[in-house]
Amino acid sequence: MAESVITQEMRDVIGVESEPVTQEIEKGAIIRFAQAIGDSNPLFTDEAAARKSRYGGLIAPPTFLRSVLANPPSTDLKIPYSVGLDGGSEWEYFEPVRPGDRITHTVQLVELFEREGRMGSMLFVVREGRYVNQFGTLVATERTTGIHYDPPQEA
Amino acid sequence: MRAAIGRDSEPKTYLVEAGAIRRFADAIGDPSLLYRDERAARKSSYGGIVAPPTFLRLFRPSPAIPEFPNPLSSVLDGGSRWEYFEPVRPGDRITVTIRLVDLYERAGSLGNMLFAVRENRFVNQSNALVAVDRDTEIYYDAATKEVEHDG
Amino acid sequence: MSVQVYFEDVQEGTELPVLRKDPTTQQLVMYAGASGDFYQIHYDQDFARANGLPTVIIHGALKNAFLGQLVTDWVGEHGTVKKLTVQYRGMDEPGTPVYCKGVVTKTSLEDGAGLVECDIWLEDHQGKKTTPGSAVVALPLRAG
Repeated sequence: MAESVITQEMRDVIGVESEPVTQEIEKGAIIRFAQAIGDSNPLFTDEAAARKSRYGGLIAPPTFLRSVLANPPSTDLKIPYSVGLDGGSEWEYFEPVRPGDRITHTVQLVELFEREGRMGSMLFVVREGRYVNQFGTLVATERTTGIHYDPPQEA
Repeated sequence: MRAAIGRDSEPKTYLVEAGAIRRFADAIGDPSLLYRDERAARKSSYGGIVAPPTFLRLFRPSPAIPEFPNPLSSVLDGGSRWEYFEPVRPGDRITVTIRLVDLYERAGSLGNMLFAVRENRFVNQSNALVAVDRDTEIYYDAATKEVEHDG
Repeated sequence: MSVQVYFEDVQEGTELPVLRKDPTTQQLVMYAGASGDFYQIHYDQDFARANGLPTVIIHGALKNAFLGQLVTDWVGEHGTVKKLTVQYRGMDEPGTPVYCKGVVTKTSLEDGAGLVECDIWLEDHQGKKTTPGSAVVALPLRAG
């Protein structure tokens, strides 16, 4: 195993909550997101049909939340690798997200660990994002794992 | 084909949302605060956020309507002539109606080209005409072009 | 909207209806625009290759969204998605179909709610599970 790239300075970021970012959820953004993922569910795309549903109006698809922010909150972590890949997500949902909601998003670093893989030394960065609506209700959490490495050198 | 000239599309209404304006301004790389910062925009002569000039293109369907029987499958954008009357603001409900106004042919670098001129009229919720875009689409046959290249 | 599935209809081993998706480079561009994720490995082939990838790859988050659709399609209007977990173990390229699948692993009644746990995954066109995950949903009760 190569020497660890995780410094005390990086560890100090664990548990520190980011500045919150608040965004209003727009109907057009929900519909466009559903179109982009190719999901024609009327709950996400058809206001008239959604109004007759038990939700009484449009709601957002499950993974919409992470797409709403122009500048998502970030942790102050300096990562010593050039490539970052998305390793996965764990979502938990508590309330539907609707057009007009004002969603406040914060994120914190929860874990750092290293592994050797086919790309050489890889750093895994686990973060937890929290999404709270205008009523102060937690609507969802998302735990993400980022995988960071330097691309292998060409032979 | 000529029968289609003068035909109007079904009017369609779209809501203008602040996030869509901001995203469009980001996409065209225009940093103006008028398009994204409510506080700064309020102090401007517009008194609030407005949309960039070509934002209304979002409300023009692709492929273009109204359609007409068209034997040529490839298309390029030949240009736009915009005329503006009122600013477009978040919360506006814009109704667009599109009329095919002219069809003509020319031979050129893409072989035989068919020009379709459409007039897009954008009207807001107060029934004010906010803009007209007269745009030209150029239709051509990609196969002909390949042959010309090979020859 | 589709036919509603009820808690009483499912048991361990019940399979979710397969969802086929046909991601194209055009869809990756649409997803970039809709999501604001403009990382170039999803649309710039030279950039992707310079970063050790064979070609442009599908956004993990788009595969997450496909699996979200698998589950929301299944639970219908009266079901609710509680948890959705995915791991991007393998990369997928646009241009060939992917298949979202799932199977029920556990059912339980908790405080009058019908909870159902599932394994879910995304397979490429050769049947390789590139994106395993899991979901917890609440289904409505017939006798409710």
